[in-house]
Formats: sequence, C-alpha cells, structure tokens
Amino acid sequence: MPHDHHDHAPHSHTGMSPSGHPYRADNDEPLTYWQIMEIAMRELMIEKGETTAAEIARQIDTMDTRSPSNGAAVVARAWVDPAFKSRLLNNASDASREMGFDIGALQLIAVENTDEVHNVIVCTLCSCYPRNLLGLPPDWYKSRAYRSRLVKTPRAVLREFGLDLPDSTTLRVHDSTADMRYVVLPARPIGTEGMSEAELAELVTRDSMIGTGLPRTPR
Amino acid sequence: MIDQVRVKTMMPPGHVRTPSYLRGKTGWIERRLGAFGNPEELAYGRGGDKRDLLRVRFTMGEIWGDTAERADDTLDAEIFAHWLEPVKE
Repeated sequence: MPHDHHDHAPHSHTGMSPSGHPYRADNDEPLTYWQIMEIAMRELMIEKGETTAAEIARQIDTMDTRSPSNGAAVVARAWVDPAFKSRLLNNASDASREMGFDIGALQLIAVENTDEVHNVIVCTLCSCYPRNLLGLPPDWYKSRAYRSRLVKTPRAVLREFGLDLPDSTTLRVHDSTADMRYVVLPARPIGTEGMSEAELAELVTRDSMIGTGLPRTPR
Repeated sequence: MIDQVRVKTMMPPGHVRTPSYLRGKTGWIERRLGAFGNPEELAYGRGGDKRDLLRVRFTMGEIWGDTAERADDTLDAEIFAHWLEPVKE
C-alpha cells in the first residue's frame, strides 16, 4: 500500500531528509525574556536616534568578515619578521593594527609557544574571545564542558583535541577574566624554511591560535 | 623579588570577574595591565571608577592540590587590585 505512507511525501518535513539527516524543527517557540529585551533595546535606540538599522546590519557584516585568516596573517608575519614578532609580544593590538586589521578597542595579548612552553586560552566566566581579530568563536569554546574542564584537566582536554603534550612541556592556561583578550603565537613548524609569508599563513589554524592545536606541517 | 598576592575569599553578590576557583589562592603578579573600569559597577549602569588590573599567575598545584595533572603547569587570570591582598613571606 505505497500510498498510505505520507512520511516520505515530496513536501513532508518529517522523518529523514533525502540526504539521511533529520529535518531541523522550525523555531516556532516564543521569544525568551532576553530576546525580547534585546529587541526592545534595539528599537528604543533606533527611535531615539542613537543608531540605525542599517548601522547595526553593517556592524554584523563587519564582524562576519573577520576570520581566523586575519590572525593567521599576523602569526605568519611574526614568523618571518623578528622585529614585528617583538612588537606583537609587546603590544598585540598595535601590531594587528599595523597590519591593517580593524580591531576596534580590542586589548590583545599574544602568548608565545616555544619548545618548553605551550599556551591555551579559555574564558571560564563567559565566552571572551579575540573576536575583533579572529571572528566569532567556535561553539565548543562557549560550552560549559570546555570552560570548566580546561582549567582543571587541561592536558586531558588537549588530548581530546589530538594534542598530547610531553611532560617536559610547561602548560600555561590563560583565563580571559576581564578586559584582555588572548591569541596564541604558535611555534613555527619545522621544515618551513624558505616558505613565503603567504604560504606560512596557510599553515596557521584557528585552533593553533587558541592553543587547542598546532599549525599544519607542510606536505 | 616576586610580588606574591592572594585572592580575597569574599563572596559578594553581583557581576564579579574574579572566578570562584581562584579565591583564597596565592599567585604572583605576571604583569600590570593598567587601570580599567570596575565591572562590578559598570554592569549596573554606574560610572565604574578605574581600578588597577593585574595578570596573576598561579601554579596548578596551588589551585588543585594533589589532583593537579602537573603541579608546575600554570594558570593566568586578570584580577582587579581590590580583590588581591599582599602575601608576606
């Protein structure tokens, strides 16, 4: 009785999609308290002439254009230019601006990985992240599991990311508790001598700048 | 000379940027960051007088005791000066 089965009718969104994944439910639930608060604040600020809808859309657009490739360019520059690296470690905000990145009021500190030290970033209190340089954080960065476990058992967490630190390496965890934001300056991979700055930037992953990974190694 | 400091154990209500897991723990000043608006005031729309902000480094052994994965690993956090008290050797 094939016509009795309506689950797989062409326009039915129950069951599995043609690609074998469950359909995502429509978001028909009511707005939360904080969603209503955000809409009310936004509408009030537009009514009072503090901002405009177009300006808000422009800011969202600007944030969406920021990506880990901005940070990768900064890291690659530090790998090839010792004077720039020194300026980066002294004041990462100014060094990023020097490369032409619009990071706004971001107060950035770069922490350097060496043979002896590995650094990793977390925000236990919320989800502070160097967004104005790297764009939006990955979802796991904001999870309670990452935020609580990284300060207690960081080595176990890094192993889950595929990074098994030797006991001879000192691990430094940085909790972004207040006004600073952090970016890890990973160590330049071996076998990259002679590579151009642009080629080096291709090796720098988002996770390597959070400290949950290492840069790629050249093929 | 290392500036040793202890995080105060007070538990005030409100928007506080000092994590509970560091209260009562002793570390040393890694660097001084300058003065920033007090978040405990700013969060409630008040002026937020400028307070000194410091990066304090703790050993994992100090924070977690025997359950630390490796006692010499460290944790750095930004703590406002009014949350810190000096430690006399």
